Amino acid sequence: MQETIGHSATGDLVINVGPQHPATHGVLHLVIHLQGETITKVEPHLGYIHRSIEKMCESLTYRQFIYVTSRMDYLSAHINNLACALCVEKGLGVEIPERAQVIRVLMSELTRIASHELWWGAMAMDLGAFTPFFHAFRERESINDIMEETCGARLTMNYMVPGGVMMDLHPNFQKRVKDFLQLYKSKIDEYDEMVTGNIIFQNRMKGVGYLSKEDAISFGCSGPTARASGVSCDVRKWYPYEIYSKLDFEEVIETGGDSLARYMVRIREMKESIRIVEQLIDAIPEGPFQAKTKAVLKLPKGEFYQQVETARGELGVYIVSEGGTTPYRIKFRSPGFSNLSALETMVKGSKIGDLVAAMGTLDLVIPDIDR
Amino acid sequence: MFLINYIKEVAAAIGSLLKGMRRTGYYFTHHKEIITQQYPDNRDHLNLPERFKGEVVMPHNEANEHRCTGCTACELACPNGTIKVITKFDITPEGKKKKAIDKLVYHLELCTLCNLCIEACPSDAIKMAQTFEHSVFDRSQLTKILNNPDSKIMDGVE
Repeated sequence: MQETIGHSATGDLVINVGPQHPATHGVLHLVIHLQGETITKVEPHLGYIHRSIEKMCESLTYRQFIYVTSRMDYLSAHINNLACALCVEKGLGVEIPERAQVIRVLMSELTRIASHELWWGAMAMDLGAFTPFFHAFRERESINDIMEETCGARLTMNYMVPGGVMMDLHPNFQKRVKDFLQLYKSKIDEYDEMVTGNIIFQNRMKGVGYLSKEDAISFGCSGPTARASGVSCDVRKWYPYEIYSKLDFEEVIETGGDSLARYMVRIREMKESIRIVEQLIDAIPEGPFQAKTKAVLKLPKGEFYQQVETARGELGVYIVSEGGTTPYRIKFRSPGFSNLSALETMVKGSKIGDLVAAMGTLDLVIPDIDR
Repeated sequence: MFLINYIKEVAAAIGSLLKGMRRTGYYFTHHKEIITQQYPDNRDHLNLPERFKGEVVMPHNEANEHRCTGCTACELACPNGTIKVITKFDITPEGKKKKAIDKLVYHLELCTLCNLCIEACPSDAIKMAQTFEHSVFDRSQLTKILNNPDSKIMDGVE
């Protein structure tokens, strides 16, 4: 058992950040070893918000277990549910109606924008700027309103079901999304004006928290964290699911590897998501929103795996079925866990003040790490 | 040289700070752009969308009749054991026994508002209400019985 406070054997000062700390965005506990002001070691302690979701899923049917996954990465709840629904559909071999596919992609991209939106506000707040947080929440609020109208909830929607989506789109949906796009385009320049172009902000981000391409791959990073280091890993491009293969969008890649690169990847990704939403919003095909499935779903005996791209990276759902109505074993490969493991490499040797800036750009959601 | 650079940097930082502050000043002087709602004060005209998932209710008509047949589809669909359907046997005028609900117990404190019970219900007996202020002083008050006392099943619902 190593020391959690005081001085370590090598004379380093050992301090604790968290589990309750405003900069950790949840109950993450970091044990930091300091030599003066320089970080020599960072050790994340997990388990404070472990709810054994994987074990819970084993006692729930294939329809029921999807709602629990909204509680993992709650900022991209739609995409988590989508991954589970897709995995179950893979096992069932159901054909999904085109309308349902388009709705799912639309919702996923809106969720991605909302998630990056919140990250942007929280990121600026980590660096001490409070105003951007409110500006980010203003735009996020309009997405939440759209979700509330169509799905009935703002955060844990549970809108994806095996075979399609739970309800049809609300009649106002298209108009509301178009209004949002208009609002968003008029406000996106504010972001650059307030934060991106700010010299204090740039100085705190440039060259801080460097993660090389090799390290990003070896730690299994995914999503914007890996793409900022030049790793091409967008699941939507590499293993397209739903209708992503038909859509025109770019995989955002930066080669900087530092905090600023991770910041820029997410800012650009929001614009790409806007592009996807714009392509689809006028082209929602008519037809059923749900494929006909049996009341009790039974997956054939076997193993099924499906990965999707959440706002934080690659989420994998692995189901082992014994042929019954409940999964025998479920494993979630969550993006946050792998991204967090790269933290020590990123901040080793830098000053303690940079830790929060580097950690903010990882976009950690702690329930996603702990599950 | 170092000093000049230092002063330049400070000046540039102040410049970009002012640039950001201009945005703040804009919103300070443009009150129409403020979208904040004063929540407890706006309760009277607070409109929640009709799909909003607040709590599960069972609608009754004027004759105190509901549409629940007591098939327990909602109970089976619920992931948390939120709903318990307690059935009884009614005697119809013809002298036959007929299954009906005695109580539909709903535990709001366990409910995650996932909408699966409403999807599962074959006779549209339950729906989501738009209430959201659920706080009470005692947990037992959150256990609700959804059907009214002495309520009956609507004619024609099987």
